[in-house]
Amino acid sequence: MADPRMIVVGAGPAGVRAAQTLVEAGLRPIMIDEGRRDGGQIYRRQPEGFARSYPQLYGTEAQKAKDLHESFESLRPHIDYRPETLAWNLTAGQLHVVTGGERAAVLPYDSLIVCSGATDRLLPVEGWQYAGCYSLGAAQIALKSQACSIGKRVVFMGTGPLLYLVASQYVKAGAQVAAVLDTSPRSTRMKALPALAARPAVLWHGLKLVAMLRSAGVPLLSGISPIAVTGDDERGVNGVRVRDAQGHEHSFECDAVGLGYHLRSESQLADLAKCQFDFDRPSRQWLPRIDEDGRSSVPGIYLAGDGTRILGADGAEAAGRLAALAALKDAGRLHAAGEMPRLRERLTTMDKFRRGLLQAFPWPHQLASQLPDRAIVCRCEGVSAGDLRTTVRDLGAQEMNRAKALCRVGMGRCQGRYCGHAAAELVADAARVPIEEVGRLRGQGPVKPLPMSMPLAVGEHA
Amino acid sequence: MSSQSLKTAVVIVGGGLMGTSAAFFLRRRGVPVVLLERGLVGQQASGVNFGNVRRQGRYLPQLPLAHRSRDIWGRLPELIGHDAEFIATGHVRVVYAESQMAAIEQYALDAKHWGLDLQIFGRSELRKRLPFFGPEVIGGSYSPNDGHANPRLAAPAFGRAAKREGAQVIENCEVLNVEKSAQDFRVSTAGGLTVTAPVALICSGAWGGAMSAAFDEPVPMVPKGPTMGVTEPLPYGIVPVVGVSTRIEHEGLYFRQVKRGNIVFGGGRRNPAYLDGRRANVNPNWTLAQLHELRRIAPALGKLNVLRTWSGVEGYMDDDIPIMGPSAKVGGLYYAFGFCGHGFQLGPGVGDVMAELIAAGATSTPIEPFHIHRFASVPAAATVAVNA
Amino acid sequence: MNVPRFVRLGEQGRAPIRVTIDGREAHALEGDTLMVALLSNTGQLRHSEFGPEARSGFCLMGACQDCWVRDEQGNRIRACTTVARDGMAIRTTREEASWPILA
Repeated sequence: MADPRMIVVGAGPAGVRAAQTLVEAGLRPIMIDEGRRDGGQIYRRQPEGFARSYPQLYGTEAQKAKDLHESFESLRPHIDYRPETLAWNLTAGQLHVVTGGERAAVLPYDSLIVCSGATDRLLPVEGWQYAGCYSLGAAQIALKSQACSIGKRVVFMGTGPLLYLVASQYVKAGAQVAAVLDTSPRSTRMKALPALAARPAVLWHGLKLVAMLRSAGVPLLSGISPIAVTGDDERGVNGVRVRDAQGHEHSFECDAVGLGYHLRSESQLADLAKCQFDFDRPSRQWLPRIDEDGRSSVPGIYLAGDGTRILGADGAEAAGRLAALAALKDAGRLHAAGEMPRLRERLTTMDKFRRGLLQAFPWPHQLASQLPDRAIVCRCEGVSAGDLRTTVRDLGAQEMNRAKALCRVGMGRCQGRYCGHAAAELVADAARVPIEEVGRLRGQGPVKPLPMSMPLAVGEHA
Repeated sequence: MSSQSLKTAVVIVGGGLMGTSAAFFLRRRGVPVVLLERGLVGQQASGVNFGNVRRQGRYLPQLPLAHRSRDIWGRLPELIGHDAEFIATGHVRVVYAESQMAAIEQYALDAKHWGLDLQIFGRSELRKRLPFFGPEVIGGSYSPNDGHANPRLAAPAFGRAAKREGAQVIENCEVLNVEKSAQDFRVSTAGGLTVTAPVALICSGAWGGAMSAAFDEPVPMVPKGPTMGVTEPLPYGIVPVVGVSTRIEHEGLYFRQVKRGNIVFGGGRRNPAYLDGRRANVNPNWTLAQLHELRRIAPALGKLNVLRTWSGVEGYMDDDIPIMGPSAKVGGLYYAFGFCGHGFQLGPGVGDVMAELIAAGATSTPIEPFHIHRFASVPAAATVAVNA
Repeated sequence: MNVPRFVRLGEQGRAPIRVTIDGREAHALEGDTLMVALLSNTGQLRHSEFGPEARSGFCLMGACQDCWVRDEQGNRIRACTTVARDGMAIRTTREEASWPILA
């Protein structure tokens, strides 16, 4: 009997462990990844020719990064690895891909393991469209992958562990950090400590980062409300204004802002595959449904890693292996099935911690309704908070796809990645309905902008 | 939901462009109207089509209706307070083959008799005006007063205008049954609402065939999904709508640049569409085939990126002619559905004509070619809509 | 604005390359992404189509699509996911509608 054709999408921690598991079982999966190199985001590799060591790049996670990269290197001869390859659409049993923006192929599959990772999750603030305003992840990538700071004097704002991690990485690298501004109040974080104790090493590390920033003299404010990123149309960002927990205004001069509120799962392929989504109350976002092993609601489609639930890199590695074991089991190629209960337990612990993080650093959804009418929500199309409110109140839009059709929110190049969540909060607030009732932007291909120079696809047969 | 009942003069089933414009024009004639829409106004074919507002290329007997509609498009702001982004940019149909050049020249001669003035351009004349055409394009036919509009906005705008004029437009209201008893039609809905009226107008698009079949007037109609896409914005420079006139299905592309700069495109092969799921998906291979064709028409389009593709459910009649006019069997019953993917431009005209027909008993615009009685002799078994 | 935006904090022992920005020659390093090559020399990559402001990218991971630049032939390039190569010539000024783009 021929081997089942399996494709892994994503060469980050989840994808690498999934592919490794399939190879162990004697298969030769296809692994596709958009990037030039393996590693995903957390373990993003620097380009060839860069000299920094693993501890310099990955700090306390240096050994894990090294292990993952070395695993991939051993894996490489045994898989059909296609970097710089975008899965831009899929139909039943067929993945539509493009490599280097110019070679199109249709890859048939029996099982698809989607490890598509995550992006930063953003809440707009007035002025965030100015040049010099970046996501937290962007600030980290500039440093990790290009040894650059995003500006001469950087303010970091938002919430989540990444806020403190990136800020401390910048301080260590010799960049000027003007302030770290957290929307989450200190008391909220305190209350979450019991849940965060599910992963004591991670918690301890986080507390050390905060202490390090404090001893470096970086102003740290908690429980803030962003007021505006100030700037100039041509020169870009020149400052940040916030209101503290007591209601006082603070201003910080800077030429760059790193902004982010946790992470947002990249779930477009799951959506195009018609996987069922459920509203996840702790994170206030729609996530694809999975069983305890990572099976989606569509037979043959498995989901693992941050593209499904934000469990972080360790969780992604476990989820990738577990999903691959499930796919093997379902394909009649039983392998290491005895490991599955332990992996499930590990993920349960990770999920406890995930909830703790969400409790400690909640998505400040109420800030969306406080945005002034003139604040831009959809950066790509220039749609303001006022435009969205008008669309609800005057044009009757009560859900996201209607709002999109009528005011263009989410119609731009980023396809709703950075505006979708905040727009949903605004629509729900203006329509006075619960957030889950406004739904989510319907997935449409292509998953990312597709070059019109693309040729017809070559159909490949395993 | 509690059971509620409404009595009115005309009940309209289907809140697309046909239904909402009919509701608006009936109100303008003082006729009480209730419009029932299963989802949201304009969500189906009315909202997913290409947005062409063109008379050029139509089946000639359709031109009187198309002229009447074009006149309304030009007056939308004063009529409904919204322009639906209609602009009279002109429309150019280009050809690759000499035989097709002859065909569009003949059409230009014929269309003149039907009140449509077209200009024929040869190779160099075409490029003088529109330099972006690729080398395979040998000429074209230009209709100066055609144009395009935004299909996502048009039906909702008519719906709001109909409401302002006093129509009851009820969304999220699925019609379960339309029956005629003695004088009145009785429409029952999923939420328990019942609407009775002496006149019923079926504007339910691809789902209209099931409703006409319930009155023993089945029609040969299949649902299909258009293959649509849109690019990123680029500076505005392509003014007219561009289409290819060809006998080869996959070559038949069209595109239009909107003022914001994006280029909307469609045409070529269609996709299966599902009446039950009310959805159609684009076959990704058809999108790639479209890109190939778009580069033939205008090579520079190859520099851009596609941001989004979509499809929807359109109803296609076997003879490519819509169903419009009175029922042939049931008094007080009227139809306007199955516009074969070319109904957008006709929408305002269809609404006005149906309103005139219902209110006055006759219309000045000839629509006999669209009457449902042309299928009266077709046996019922041959007209079952196929869910591909 | 010509003021460089990004600040190099290390890894400067790489081979130099030359790129052209709005007709002016600029210097970058082998292994830079096009975004870094540009923003280590200037403050902007392009302008918003629907607002007055200059843009300089946002996510650096190929997700936000804010960093698309155009070269002298009107080709679109996503700066954060493209490696800078010697000789690239990029325009960051507002694009004009002109037939050379479309022809």
